[in-house]
Amino acid sequence: MDLYFRRRLTNYASVVLSSAAMAFGLFWLFWILFVLFKNGFAGLAISLFTQTTPAPGSTGGLANAILGSLQMTIMGTLIGTPVGIMAGIYLAEFGDDNWLASSTRFINDILLSAPSIVVGLFVYEIYVVHIGHFSGWAGALALAILVVPVVLRTTENMLRLVPHTMREAAYALGAPQWKTVLWVTLRAAKAGVVTGIILAVARIVGETAPLLFTALNNQFYSNMNQPMANLPVVIFQFAMSPYEDWHTLAWAGSLLIGFFVLGLNVLARVLVHTKQQS
Amino acid sequence: MTSEIQPKIAVRNLNFFYGGYRALKDINLDILGGKVTAFIGPSGCGKSTLLRTFNRMYNLYPKQRAEGEILLNNQNILNDGVDLNMLRAKVGMVFQKPTPFPMSIYDNIAFGVNLYEKLSRAEMDDRIEWALQKAALWNEAKDKLKQSGLGLSGGQQQRLCIARAIAVKPEVLLLDEPTSALDPISTAHIEELVHELKKDYTIAIVTHNMQQAARVSDYTAYMYLGEMVEVGETDAIFTAPKMRATEDYITGKFG
Repeated sequence: MDLYFRRRLTNYASVVLSSAAMAFGLFWLFWILFVLFKNGFAGLAISLFTQTTPAPGSTGGLANAILGSLQMTIMGTLIGTPVGIMAGIYLAEFGDDNWLASSTRFINDILLSAPSIVVGLFVYEIYVVHIGHFSGWAGALALAILVVPVVLRTTENMLRLVPHTMREAAYALGAPQWKTVLWVTLRAAKAGVVTGIILAVARIVGETAPLLFTALNNQFYSNMNQPMANLPVVIFQFAMSPYEDWHTLAWAGSLLIGFFVLGLNVLARVLVHTKQQS
Repeated sequence: MTSEIQPKIAVRNLNFFYGGYRALKDINLDILGGKVTAFIGPSGCGKSTLLRTFNRMYNLYPKQRAEGEILLNNQNILNDGVDLNMLRAKVGMVFQKPTPFPMSIYDNIAFGVNLYEKLSRAEMDDRIEWALQKAALWNEAKDKLKQSGLGLSGGQQQRLCIARAIAVKPEVLLLDEPTSALDPISTAHIEELVHELKKDYTIAIVTHNMQQAARVSDYTAYMYLGEMVEVGETDAIFTAPKMRATEDYITGKFG
């Protein structure tokens, strides 16, 4: 009886502690969302999407920053994703225990946790310095470097989850390895790989540090060869400014990014969920 | 008049190693064309290992190797120069768990065919219908060829895998415990199928189920601890085995 009581007590204590931990996490999340909403909602207006960032004293929106963020995020994803997927395929399907695979895996782990400002400095040093000015391409390149490790890791993990019998079945038909990978295993891991890409996009869309050294900012619309406006850096600059209407714009921008990232994460969840059901 | 029957597969002094562990010991065996040969024996006796040497499936794993000779149509398939893909086109395999690919029923079958043949759309349609007919799945699948193969029931998935294997038109079909993940009705379907298929193919089947071996096979091989204990006509093995060990196993005294 005494033992039984002790077990119930331990069980009760663990439930209370883990619930408290969960509540602690959720508390901050909801507080952040609440503050974003409270302060950002006032700034939501059509002009946000139609007008460019204002000069001090005039009115404006975030159109150039939104467009710039989209351009650099899309280009960064387009550059980084193929590299990540191909490297992930190599690690999962071809490099079981050779030195190249294990060192790639090790370096990727480092890259995964590397401070993004280091990536920004790196691109500044190898690209921005050489062409002589900040640009959208430099920003996209920095973001691409952040995409690679996320996509690589999820691709490898998802491919490893594909049952080995599936590969054997393809080989048993006489399929060469590349066809087996492309048409069978990669297909079986598709939902997981796509989820990884979405999470990578969610990661880079709010990155500020790597863009400070690469794309910087621009008050106007620009092409990829010029310094380029983007939401994170605009938020940073506007929030630091003394002007009230700039603060409103910064909050509105934060709300946009916050809910965009939330939406991407929900989408990733839904994808994984539907995959598990099929 | 002497008529010597040429075996489809002749195994000569076959030894098999997982790293340093010897899993098959001096196996000698003839598998006759157009017959069903069943492999029985307790878990770990090497029957699946033996089956996986016939299409050199073990080559996927660097630490596994085979020594000796396996003659398929009098050609030693263990030679270094053998084209594994061509070998596997001749020797199809169906696994314990159904393994449909994550694609439509149609594409599941077309995948294998496309590896070897360039067929027009109409020819491919015919081939797929033929394979599904042969696998006794056509009636259930003909209206949903474009749907995912993963949506079929377990038994249907296994018949899809059989259809996929025979669509390539192999000479030999290896079945590695094809019904162990299936319910009795699906099992009965597959067993009927084996009866039908042996008219056109040489079949080797590994099974844990002795009744199944007795029902579907013409020849039965009993293996134990990596050795071939006894091979013979199924009737003889089950009614009058020569070896005491075989008798103990099939009567349930052991195993």
